[in-house]
Order: sequence, then structure tokens, then C-alpha cells
Amino acid sequence: MHRRRMLTSIATATGAAWMTRFAEQLSRAAEGAAQTRPKSLMMIWLQGGASQLETFDPHPGTKYGGETRGITTSIPNVQIADTLPATAEQLHHATLLRSIVSQEGDHERATYHLKTGWRPDPTLVHPAIGSVVCYQSANNLEIPRHISIVPGEWPARGGYLGPSFDAFQIGDVAAPIPNLTPRVSEESLTQRLDVLLGTLEDEFQRGRLANLNRQRTLHQTATENAVRMMSSDQLTAFDVQQESASTVDKFGDNAFGRGCLAGIRLLSAGVRCVEVELGGWDTHINNHELQSSKARVLDAALAATLSELHARDMLNDTIVFCGGEFGRTPQINPAGGRDHWPHGFSAVLAGGNFRRGYVHGATAANPESDIINRKGNATVDPQKITENIVPVPDLHATLLRALGIDHEFEMQTPVGRPLRWSDGQVVTDLLQS
Amino acid sequence: MVARRRLIKRLLMGAVVLTALLIVAATLRRRTRIQPPQQFQAAYQANAFAETLQNVNQQVQATIGEAELEWAPAADNLTIARRLSLALVGSGLSLEEVQTLAQVKESDQIRWWTSYLLEDRRWSDYFADRFSRAYVGTNDGPFLLFRRRKFNAWLSQQFSEGRAYDQIVSEMLSAEGLWTDTPQVNFITATMDDANEGRGDPIRLAGRVSRVFLAQRVDCLQCHDDYLGNVNFGSLDQPVDGAQTHFHELAAFFAGTAMADPVFRGIVEDEQEYQFEYLGESETQVVAPNVPFAQDLLPDDGKPRQRLARWVTHTNNRAFSRATVNRVWALMFSRPLVTPVDNVPLDDTVPAVMDTLAEDFVNHRFDLKRLIRLIAESDAFRRASRAPFEITEAHEACWSVFPVTQLRPEQVAGSMLQACKLTALDGSSSIFTRLKAYGDTQDFLKRFGDRGEDEFDGQAVTIPQRLVLMNGKLATENTNSNSMTGAASRIATLVEDDQQAVQLIFVSALNRMPSETELSKFVVFMQDKQGNARRKAIGDIYWAILNSTEFSWNH
Repeated sequence: MHRRRMLTSIATATGAAWMTRFAEQLSRAAEGAAQTRPKSLMMIWLQGGASQLETFDPHPGTKYGGETRGITTSIPNVQIADTLPATAEQLHHATLLRSIVSQEGDHERATYHLKTGWRPDPTLVHPAIGSVVCYQSANNLEIPRHISIVPGEWPARGGYLGPSFDAFQIGDVAAPIPNLTPRVSEESLTQRLDVLLGTLEDEFQRGRLANLNRQRTLHQTATENAVRMMSSDQLTAFDVQQESASTVDKFGDNAFGRGCLAGIRLLSAGVRCVEVELGGWDTHINNHELQSSKARVLDAALAATLSELHARDMLNDTIVFCGGEFGRTPQINPAGGRDHWPHGFSAVLAGGNFRRGYVHGATAANPESDIINRKGNATVDPQKITENIVPVPDLHATLLRALGIDHEFEMQTPVGRPLRWSDGQVVTDLLQS
Repeated sequence: MVARRRLIKRLLMGAVVLTALLIVAATLRRRTRIQPPQQFQAAYQANAFAETLQNVNQQVQATIGEAELEWAPAADNLTIARRLSLALVGSGLSLEEVQTLAQVKESDQIRWWTSYLLEDRRWSDYFADRFSRAYVGTNDGPFLLFRRRKFNAWLSQQFSEGRAYDQIVSEMLSAEGLWTDTPQVNFITATMDDANEGRGDPIRLAGRVSRVFLAQRVDCLQCHDDYLGNVNFGSLDQPVDGAQTHFHELAAFFAGTAMADPVFRGIVEDEQEYQFEYLGESETQVVAPNVPFAQDLLPDDGKPRQRLARWVTHTNNRAFSRATVNRVWALMFSRPLVTPVDNVPLDDTVPAVMDTLAEDFVNHRFDLKRLIRLIAESDAFRRASRAPFEITEAHEACWSVFPVTQLRPEQVAGSMLQACKLTALDGSSSIFTRLKAYGDTQDFLKRFGDRGEDEFDGQAVTIPQRLVLMNGKLATENTNSNSMTGAASRIATLVEDDQQAVQLIFVSALNRMPSETELSKFVVFMQDKQGNARRKAIGDIYWAILNSTEFSWNH
């Protein structure tokens, strides 16, 4: 039976009041779907610390350049690493940012910093940028609006906005979404929800706090939403097999590539933020080989993402961020690896009013040796080795501006502390005037 | 030949099934393994216990009277026992435990049950995990230097032995040595990440100490003076506004906390001074260690962290005892006396009951078990969460009804596992059962989500959480009519009468008997169902209960 018909039959056949209410919501959501598209975010997250020198900021032929060579790109006079040939051809869609500076050199803390725009703070957990995007807009979807595909250890969280703004996590989209399929027949599910669960809910509410569900637990509401998702036609957005074989191939035959393609489909369906993660960039040993191997996977998917968003006329509505928590040291260590380096690293920004075919910032080809020996230490003065630095809070303020969100908007956190979405400054050079 | 093999195979299968059923039946009917604690009344007859309890009850009563509200009726013993289990070991009662409790004299049941749980290693392990989250957070921490399991095991051992809480905290604050053989030192090493170059992080340690041990949120003072009037280190009459100096003087106690050279000596104290450039200043200055309030309690002698430890745990440092009372109250009720749990004013605006409990805590050698017993005995803890009058937020705020609060993820996991087993999942369970339970819990938490440090923040139920409970592995396995080990199939096999089966399910999963409406509807649901259809119906009832608001909310 068709998913939506199944849901409707559950609601109407059983006469469950709360399920019927939910069926009404469905039709309202469908009516609202055709309205204007707000801007959305695609986070292509490179967990572990991608090396800027082996990706977007090579320094071939220098003391610290390593084995990586440069190749020309579709931006005149700009080279990126030869590990990313397909991306090089699509770079004219994007701004290449080569001067991000972070104050965090530990994976977990730096990931938090990049995803939220704030340094870790024991007093509260800040929301990831995707959660802010969702908070700032109405929910008219049957599927989650914030999705993390093949997440690692630290997927985006709602922080003080609450867990309902956490990213919904799924693995490889080639596999079914976990826990979405009822383990019993439609008839059994109907009986479980209506006859049994309905009786229990009525009994529990008796004599307790007035409007217990609406004012306190939201348990039944969450159940309605879960059943709505289980029954939604919008779930087809996860299914990349609906695309042509040539399109699927372009993104690469791997979980990350499929995730990026699914991300485009999900954003097209109205999802506000999709995070797709490619881990394995923490190359303390054998850096060149390992980074090159990861870059091959990234290259196909990133190039295809930029070209498909452009081809589908989605680039104006979709902000793309591709980067990780920090870069890697200029110095190659005795094990042939590069260590953590937050003092100047790269990201690709595209879509919305981000400039197209623009490069911002630069890192020194031969940074002073006393600085490179400090590695992840936050006391280094990055101005000495990076031009036009963009601190992480400024990057966030700029991303929020590009997403149409006032970064100075002040939230009242649950403990009564007023806090802006970002305490950075917008880097106007990155945006079209 | 083939037919004979098939026959033999079927006979063997039948024998296996029969044997399994006999084992199941024997398990269900065997004499309980639970041995009542001896002399459990002694703790309640200890010095001034009744007097403190009376004061607590009178003070709550006075608050309710001032608000012109009324008490909800008393909750029944099984409901209170469930609250205690959730608070102290993180799950509901097993059917076996309910049966054992029923054999105790009714007037003794709650005291007996409290004492039983406090003697169970599950309690110290569970509380150690809860306190550890506050002490060192839930992040992985620095590789090799931080051993969470050793830290938690040490903490659990201290709780289990009934060690005075001030001594436990004092050791964490002042310990030196290696994080492997002196586990309390992990409180320090948890902050030693790459950026700190082999030293404890004074900023993070100052933040932790002030929040966890003093219930003072002073983190804003790290960067600037308090300009919002949120931090007061004085009293109502003589306020002392929080200043940036307060924070950094506290941090200065940890300036000399460093890794020894050679490393195998672990954490030691050296002579390094704390230096900081205050907001608006142009130069860095040396900051001497000092405490933000009650300076007269700070001893002059000893190493900096020893001095701090003696000040924090000083019997006259009211902030320390209040912070502890608020956290234990929060664990018992899933809601602190003063919200948030780690920010209790130093002045007299806190509920009177907090100081009564804090004073008793100090006067009775910082005894956590006594504090738990006092709260469990209080009228507030023993109220129902429903009443014949309309309940409002105001009733919950003054504790005239027991507040309805969402179970934390580990409580949901624990309750699900326990609800689907008829015997208690405790230290006497087989190693295989415990290993499977541990694996199932970790898997469940991964999918359901973990609240991290913010355990008492009220949070909404999420869609993924509902999907995990509706269609996830744990719920499916345990309500499957074909499962040999799940409670659903065991009850279906062993209990022929539908009414008794429904009652048994309710007691196992919700620790209560069904209402008349529930009983009649559910019996009708099972009516005329035989064999597999009946097992399936029982599985459906179990599923509905595990997915109900009641199951996931403390009441």
C-alpha cells in the first residue's frame, strides 16, 4: 500500500484523534510546499584536518611543498593541488578561501569551533550553523530539515536550541534509513497505535498536569511526526537510484559521493541543511599518499556537487561549505606526516552571493621556522604567516549573512544569557556587492 | 532415509524447545535471589535523622502554604520504589524485585528498598557515572593521559565504601601522581590537551571547580567583569559583584599543575606562576591564587591545590554543601531544587530545605547515603504526580506534587532492558547477560542520543528517539513473539489466563497494576487468540507500553 494512504487509513479507520489531526497537518504542509525557497546549506565536512597543501593551497617546489604539484583551474592564474583535477574545472563557481585561522588544535574542540563558530565553553553548548538555519525558518517538511550523512564522532548538534535541532543522522544512503520501517504489518501498527497506545496515553494524562502533552512531554506530537516521516513521499529524496546512472557515477561509487548527491536531492525537497562527512584526513604519517587517496574521493563528489547545483539552477539558493576543523603543518614530520595546523588553512565557499571565481587570503610558502615548530599551539601570531586572515567567528558571520540570517541576532539562551548567533564580523570581500 | 533424518531433526528441535521452556519456567518460579539487607532500620534511627526530616517536611509544607496550594495524595509504595530505582540505578524494577518487595512489611518497604539499592554495586557505579559527567565532561579527553574508566571505577569504589564526600573531592582537587594508579588525578589530566603543553588547564579547571563543587557559574568572568548582575559573591545585604580578577585568582591555584619529568611520576606541582592580561590593561601581570568569597576559610599553608581543596570542602563553606545537595536532589527528582543545578546563589534566596539538608550533610561527615535517605523519606518525594485537583506548574515548583520529568537516555535504555527481563539485571546476572545488556545499552544510546553533561536540562523528545523506540532493535527483539528470552514470549508461554498475563506485563514494564479500563480493553484485545496469535498480542501490548509517555517519563 502507498505510504501516505497507509497513514491516512491508520488515522481515519481507527478514529484516533491525534492521528487525524496529524493527517490534517499533512495536507497543510503540502499546500505550503510551493512557496518561495529560503537559502539552504550544504556542509561538505572533511573530518580529521585536510591538508591545505595537498588540496586547495599547494606550494609546489618549496621547502614544505612536499610531492604535491599544482594544476591550473577554471579561475585564471590560480592553481590547486593536482589531487583535485575535476574540482579545478569547477572552481569558477566558488570562492577559494586560503586564510582561515582557528584557535583550536584538538580535533574535538576544533570541530566544535568550526561547526558552531564558537570555542567550546563549559557553560553552554552552542548550536551548529545548520541548527541555526533551521531555527530561523518554519518547518513545513515531513522529513527532518537538518540531516547528517555518514557522520563521524561529532555530527552537528542543536546545542542550547535543543535536540530537536540536532542533525538527523544516517549512514550510506545506499542502505535503508534505520528504524524507519515498521516491524509489523499495517494492521498491527494500527492496533498498537490506536487501541493500545491510545488507551495508555488517556490513562496517563488523567489527573496530571493540564495539557500534559502540549505543555510538557510532546511525546504524542513526536510520535505523530515519526509516523508522518515513516509514511512520507519525501523520503524518496534519499534515494539516489532515482537519478540516472551517469549522474550517480559522476559523484563516485562510495558513501560520500552518494551522500553528496542525496544532499542535493534533499535540499531540493526543502531540507535546510545537509552535512556530508568524509573522514580520514588525520595524516600524522604518510601524509601525501593518504591525503591523495582521500582527495580522489573528494574530487569527484565536490566537482559534481558544484556542477549539478549549477545545472539544476540551485546554486543561488544553496550555500556550499567544503572544509574541515583545521589544516596541517607546513613541516613534514619524520614519519612523512603533517600534524595539526590551525594557523592558516583552506575551504571552498560557493552559492548565494559568495563571489564566483575569487581567491581570498594566502599562506606563506616558507613560514618562519620558529612558528612552524609551534604546530597546534594557539599562541602563534597567524598574521606573520597568513595574509587576509579570516578567523572562524568571521567565517561564520559571513556564512550566516550569505544564508540571509542576521548574525547579530541576539538569542536568550536557556540560562538567560543573551548571545548573538555569531560574535564575528562579516568578511564583505567574500561576498558580491 | 531423508524422512527419517527430518523426523530426528524435528524431535531434537522439539527437545531443545522443551528444555528451554523448562528452564524459563524454573527461572520464573524459583525462589528469589534477592537477599534483604540486614539492620536496614539502623540508618533511619541515626543521630538527628528524624529531626532533620521533620524540618524538611515542615519547610516544604510552609512553602506550599505560602503559595496557597495543597498537597497531592501520597503515592503508593510501588510508584515510590520505581522512582528510587530510576534515581539510584537507572532502571525500573524487575518482576523479581517487585515480588520480593511485596514480601516485606508494607510500612518498611521503602526504607528496605532504599537500603537494598544503596548496598547494590549498581548504585555506586550509576552515581559515579552521573558525577563523573559533571567533573570531567563527556568528551573523550586527551589520548593516553585521561582514563575515564579508571576514574569512574575509583569514584564508584569511594561511593560504595561510604567514604565522606568532602574527602573524595579533596583528593580529586589535590592529587598528584599517575593517572593510571592514582585515578583521581584524571580530574586534572582531563584538561591536558595539546594546546596546554603538558600542563593542566587553569581556565577549564577553575570553571569546573566553581560549577561542580560550588554551584557558581562564573565562566563569563573569564573575559570581563560581570556587568549583568548575574554573579554575586557577597550576600543580599552586602553584594560583591563578580569581577574578572575573581576568576583568574581561582585559576591561579592550578598554575603549577604540570606533568612531571620523567613522565612516569605523573602530575606534580611546580613553581610556575599564573600570568594574565586583564581586560583594558596593556601588560600581563602575575596573579596570586585567591578564592572569590569566604576568604577567611582559606588556609595559609600547603601547596596551592591542597589549600584550595581544604577551602572548597571546609565545613563552613556553604556553597559546597549546597552544590552537593542540589545535585543529589536533582538525581532523585530528575529536577534540581534550584535551577540550573550548577548555579545556586550564595545568599539566602534559596529554598529553606536546601540549607536544612546542607547543614545535616556537613554535620554527618558529608554522608551521601544519609542525604539520599533523607530525600527519599521526605514528603515531597512521596507525593503522587496526579491529584484530584488541577495540577499546575506552580504545584510542581513547590514540590506539592512529584514533577513529571523525562527519563534520561540511559534510564530509558535501562528500563527497557529491565522491563523485558523478568529477573533483575544486576551483579548476580550471568556474565553473558551483563555483557549483552552492556552492548545493547551502548548501541541504544548511540542511536537514541546522550545528553552529555546537561543531564537535567528539560529537553523535547526527538523524532529519531521515537523511531528508535518504535522500530529499533531493542524494542523489536524484546517484543517479538518468537523470542525465547524476551518477557513477552515468556509470559505468553507461562501464563494462560489473559487477565493475569496483562497484569504481569504492566507490573514488569510499568511497575503498577493496570487500571480497570486498561485491563478490560487489553483483555478484550487478547480475547480468543491462541498460540502464535496470542504471543503476538502480548508482544503488541509490550510494544505499546514501551512506547507510551508513561514509560519514558518519571512520575
